[in-house]
Amino acid sequence: MTDLACQVLGIVKSFGPNKVLREVNLDLPAGKVTVLMGANGAGKSTLVNILCGVHAADTGSMTLFGKSFWPDSPADAFQSGVVTVHQSINNGVIPDLDVASNLMIDRLAEKTTGFFIKSEKLRQEALEVAATMDLDVDVKACIRDLGLADRQMIAIARAMTRNPKLLILDEPTSSLSANEAQRLFRLLETLKDQGVAILYISHRMSDIRSVADRIVAMRDGKISGLFEDALLDYEGAVTAMLGQKMSQSDFLLNPKGEPILKISNAKLNSSSTPFDLTFYKNEIVAIAGLLGSGKTALASAIFGLNTLLDGFMTLHGEKYKPMNPWDAIEAGVFMCPKDRAANAIISEFDIKNNLALPFLHHHSWLSFIKRQSITNNAKKTISELGVVCQSELDPVTTLSGGNQQKVMVGRWLSVASDVLLLDEPFQGVDIKARRDIGDHIRSSSKDRATIVFVAELDEALEIADRVVVLHEGDNVGDFENTVENLSQIVSRYSGQTETYNQTNPRT
Amino acid sequence: MSIDNQSSLRNFAIRYGFLLLLVGLILYFSFAAEGFASPRSAVFIFQSVSITGVLALGVTATLVVDGFDLSIGSVATSALMLSAYVMVVLEMSAFTAIVACLIMGAIVGFVNGVLIVKARVPDLLATLGMMFLLIGLQRIPTEGRSISTGMRLPNGDTAEGVYSHSFLWLGRHRLDFFLENLIPIPVIIFILVGVLIWIFLELTRHGRLMYAIGSNETATALAGANVSKYKILAYVISGVMASVGGILLSARLGRGDIASGNNLLLDSVAAALIGFAVLGAAKPNAFGTAIGALFVGVLLQGLTMMNAPYYTQDFVKGSVLVIALIFTFALSSKGRKTGH
Repeated sequence: MTDLACQVLGIVKSFGPNKVLREVNLDLPAGKVTVLMGANGAGKSTLVNILCGVHAADTGSMTLFGKSFWPDSPADAFQSGVVTVHQSINNGVIPDLDVASNLMIDRLAEKTTGFFIKSEKLRQEALEVAATMDLDVDVKACIRDLGLADRQMIAIARAMTRNPKLLILDEPTSSLSANEAQRLFRLLETLKDQGVAILYISHRMSDIRSVADRIVAMRDGKISGLFEDALLDYEGAVTAMLGQKMSQSDFLLNPKGEPILKISNAKLNSSSTPFDLTFYKNEIVAIAGLLGSGKTALASAIFGLNTLLDGFMTLHGEKYKPMNPWDAIEAGVFMCPKDRAANAIISEFDIKNNLALPFLHHHSWLSFIKRQSITNNAKKTISELGVVCQSELDPVTTLSGGNQQKVMVGRWLSVASDVLLLDEPFQGVDIKARRDIGDHIRSSSKDRATIVFVAELDEALEIADRVVVLHEGDNVGDFENTVENLSQIVSRYSGQTETYNQTNPRT
Repeated sequence: MSIDNQSSLRNFAIRYGFLLLLVGLILYFSFAAEGFASPRSAVFIFQSVSITGVLALGVTATLVVDGFDLSIGSVATSALMLSAYVMVVLEMSAFTAIVACLIMGAIVGFVNGVLIVKARVPDLLATLGMMFLLIGLQRIPTEGRSISTGMRLPNGDTAEGVYSHSFLWLGRHRLDFFLENLIPIPVIIFILVGVLIWIFLELTRHGRLMYAIGSNETATALAGANVSKYKILAYVISGVMASVGGILLSARLGRGDIASGNNLLLDSVAAALIGFAVLGAAKPNAFGTAIGALFVGVLLQGLTMMNAPYYTQDFVKGSVLVIALIFTFALSSKGRKTGH
């Protein structure tokens, strides 16, 4: 009864020397929701971009309802009935126009539309679209006055006006509340009945459980698992997405020292359950959780970028409430932020000045910078971390991703800290650099508490003494990183647990 | 190998091209224009760019934090009018006039900074608004007239005050240096300001952090720097330098001339932007700004001595700016990235 809507055969795509997709084969049946799972860098977005005409594949073929399909532009893909809602909402809506214009923007762009806008007609049509979508907003309202969730729903509604045959949704619930997500899921049910094939990309287990008819897991540019039994094997899917070998690195757990940072009664988002966490000297704790798990909120609170919704922190037994990063740094709490290009690198500086940036006051006398001191600091870090470069005078942008990350981590290791936070320290880093950084973090961890925030579980297992699993703001697991605990950690991470109740029952 | 040669030649051109062009110009004018190669002519060049140069050094500080200050010209003319008002109408001392101007510059800079940092008004718009506001404000006390001794005040009285000699000394005195009455005070002040801004930006951690803010504000904030404070500081520096320029202009003119200083904004912004090209810096820097100002001065002086008509001056300045911008953005790879 299920026709094949879209078939992808042997797609290969490289960017320069990087092979991003290696022979991907994927069937998308009409009237079914296929969930695509994959870690960062697995090739999900590249695959989506090929389907929606942003990139062209190097080799391979695609068919849409039996006919050959090879879009050369996003517009071409729309024409064929492949409609994509991208993760970044603001690409889907135009903030300065009202809802009606946004919903009908594709109509406005058509050449057959007249020169003048017929506002009344436009609104009428927009209302009809909104009604089919179960969308309750004033069509005269301006998009920028609406919340993220409404914008997301409008971006999706806009996609609906194009009568899609294949609808691709990239992390559509990342900014929706549970309630709004339910609305979206109901809509997906309607679309399925109409025979639309849906490719749904998500990290969220609760979503996946609500919508998935089939699960496809991707890893390293290949399909690593396909699950389409009546009873879906979610844990199997997570394992396929993370890779088969889920094992710890061969290190001995560090003995715990005295407690340094205590977080009590912490509430990360409005619907989460408060929890306590204590971090000890000489211990490396990995906070593992997917997008929306609350790990960013936790890291930000400890580094003074925002405050906890509820709860308090103590550092060495004294009350700790940083109002900004400087307070945190003064108190000995450092953070190496995630996404180094946006949050860490000073691209116009060389290596030595990038390394010294937070501690210029250590390298200056009466505010005058001591060049020698900065150079010595840089030479020391470069040799300790094995940064591959000509000299400390190289512009930081000439380094490879892994070496840039070494510089960013080295920046915060050059001065002793009491608590060191590392947010996604292995983001966009090759395996060699990842080992070097991990080893150095472990070997230098003696006099501080180290907290590593990661989305990928294997990274957590590779570096940590203890793994804390966060899920939508709740602390769902706190385990020593030992072989005995491995299966527990994996199942908590994939959300397969009876100790807490999901808030998203299947409708 | 030829690629190597090519790229090293390009690097050389980016780094020294503009300075070589300056040296070439000086040599050319020395031969072509009689009297160009003399101490008096050199001093004249410095003098002609001293006020613009001081303003340009101030605006460099805002460019460093990736901002912009369009209000510098009007701050300078406001300082011109304020100093005249304090001395001529209020009959107060030169010292009071100078302090009043510097405070006014600092306040305007602070308000600019707060508008940009706290009220989140884009830098160009905030300082454009401030420029407009000041142009209007400086006309209100005298009902739009210039200020000079003996003028009729709005209340019917006559202004009795005079510019004090010590104030005029700032704009008109010349120090002996090998030759009698050679170096004017404004040139000394220009050089002094240049050295101070250079030291601040290049040698202190505050300057280093300001450059970091200009390159990646978020990263600098996450490194613990108080970004708001440094951005406001940059606008205060710019405002104070503009008021210093206004004081020098006032001391040179000896009256509060309402029509003076129209070109200050464009000239000084041009000098700071030309400075990007000096030594291939591809970023705002104090040394480059000073050289940029002198470059324009040399060119105008040389052309004037070769009898080029005065109305071609703006065209010449514009051409230099465009060429310098090509040096910065098209030739250097650094510029290519920031150019988009």
